[in-house]
Amino acid sequence: MSTATAPSIHLHASDVARTQHAPGARRRKIGKILLSLLAIGISLAWIFPVYWMVLSAFTPNAWLRTTTPEFLPVHATLANFRAAMSGDGFSNSLKMSVVITITTVVAVLAFAFLAALAISRWRFKGRTTFILAVLFVQMLPAEGLFIAQYKMLSNANLLNSVIGISVLYTAAIVPFTIWMLRGFVAGVPADLEEAAMVDGLSRFQAFLRITFPLLAPGLVASGVYAFLQAWNEYTVALIALPSGDRATLPLWLSNFLSASAQRGVDWGQVMAASTLIAIPVIVFFLFVQNRMTSGLVSGAVKG
Amino acid sequence: MSQNVALGVPSSGSPAPAAGPAAQVPVPSRRTFKASPYLLLIPAVVILLLGLGYPIYWQILNSMRQYGLEQQFGQPAVFVGLDNFVRVFTAPDLWAVVVRSIAFCLVNAFLTVALGLGFALLMRAVNKVVRIILQVSLLLAWAMPMVAAVTVFKWLFDFRTGVVNWFLTSIGLDFFQGFSWLAKPWSFFFVATVIIVWMSVPFVALSIYAGLTSVPDEVLEAARIDGAGPWNITMRILLPMIRPVISIVLLLQIIWDLRVFAQINLLQQSGAPVSETNLLGNFIYQMGIGKGDFGGAAAVALFVLALTVVLSWPYVRSLMKEDAL
Repeated sequence: MSTATAPSIHLHASDVARTQHAPGARRRKIGKILLSLLAIGISLAWIFPVYWMVLSAFTPNAWLRTTTPEFLPVHATLANFRAAMSGDGFSNSLKMSVVITITTVVAVLAFAFLAALAISRWRFKGRTTFILAVLFVQMLPAEGLFIAQYKMLSNANLLNSVIGISVLYTAAIVPFTIWMLRGFVAGVPADLEEAAMVDGLSRFQAFLRITFPLLAPGLVASGVYAFLQAWNEYTVALIALPSGDRATLPLWLSNFLSASAQRGVDWGQVMAASTLIAIPVIVFFLFVQNRMTSGLVSGAVKG
Repeated sequence: MSQNVALGVPSSGSPAPAAGPAAQVPVPSRRTFKASPYLLLIPAVVILLLGLGYPIYWQILNSMRQYGLEQQFGQPAVFVGLDNFVRVFTAPDLWAVVVRSIAFCLVNAFLTVALGLGFALLMRAVNKVVRIILQVSLLLAWAMPMVAAVTVFKWLFDFRTGVVNWFLTSIGLDFFQGFSWLAKPWSFFFVATVIIVWMSVPFVALSIYAGLTSVPDEVLEAARIDGAGPWNITMRILLPMIRPVISIVLLLQIIWDLRVFAQINLLQQSGAPVSETNLLGNFIYQMGIGKGDFGGAAAVALFVLALTVVLSWPYVRSLMKEDAL
């Protein structure tokens, strides 16, 4: 390549490299094929529980009880879904889940966004303390607090109420969301806003037209994070919504399984119920997954 | 919104000394810069005090009171000092739960991060199509709601018609014919570990993979020119460069795996030996909500909070340092 200008030692080295190239390349190719097979095997293993849930949901219970499982949908039916959705349990829980999740996501985004703005745009006294507190608070486990939270809600007559559990959810989700959004806000240079202000926009206008659109991916990622946390939450719901008819969907599913267990589990119905809860989340998750992963990660990396 | 804040602050602040219009202009803006951050923090601080601060305060108070069933029905709670702590921490059952919880947490966290790192390196090594297949299946697993995931695994590990027992029996392991996974502690925790690793690896793998893709190509090119093979590039360049990401995900895993409660609670509902499968959270839940011993439960819960802080302290410090605050 560079024979004319390169010193002789360099030439020698590149010759050695070239002679090793041919067998090395073949070995690398075989290695790559093996790695690809491994990756596909892992993919199948990881996806199998999801596939099995959906498949079982569409399979009549009689076939699920046979000793040899069927791995393809040969007897598909919707009967399991009809049975799981019959009665008020599912629709009531769906309503509870929707209301609680929306309340939580809106509150989390508003509160966390303001706080993220404060700590990434201003240096003020107590800033380090606040960040330290946020970092510690987001690590506090629900089980370290839920007895006290239960007593707090019960003393305030807020057990089984939307507002009670929404306060607990918001407080639990806000810290990590602040941490996440902080990375995004810090990623938008304040100079940009100042440049817009020099061009005659007010601070508010500059923020709205310049900074806010740039933060949209971060807000979407945080919103999705908050949505998934609130929608899937079980532990706090277990103590905050002890009455069965005020259950959120995860709580309803676990009650549904327990009720079914009393007469020999009808796995078809239980899987139909699981699918009903999981599919909207999975679809939503995949729909925003690019922003979701880059959001979680860049928040974490920059944070 | 921020305009309102900017306008509101000077009027409520101390009266500015009279000055020419030229001097007045910068004053409000500088004041805004001082007062606004605190105003912006108010909603977050209020909700945290309400949802977490007050419960912690209640917990500290009641860990030093006799707060049992009688107090539920109106008896005043008597201050008993450290009696609750002594009572709870001298009972051997708590220490069994503590050891079990820490062991479970560490095994799961390190297993998850090791697998996640392996998967991330694998994603880097294979071509685009295979990588997308792997990413999509990891995302699907990640997206599964926790309760649905545990329910599916209960079905997979069902003793009578579960696929796992069918598979193990059909490859000749007759021991697993009708084997009840959730009935024995060791197999119970094996199932719990499978569930938690299955659920947590996607986040770790995709985060580390994102970290790997952020390593500049020039650096890798330079290493290749210097004669480094894939092994050396991985060990000496990639891993050191993505160490911050790895420590963050490991930190998160340790914290998350120490707070495993729901998965155990759900698995216990199918007739597992409860006292032998309790982790800390489940122990507290049964003590407080089950037996109504709120004083004792508060004492254990405070211990869990302290344990979390101690375990995560070095990581938080390194995060703060990295952040150069």
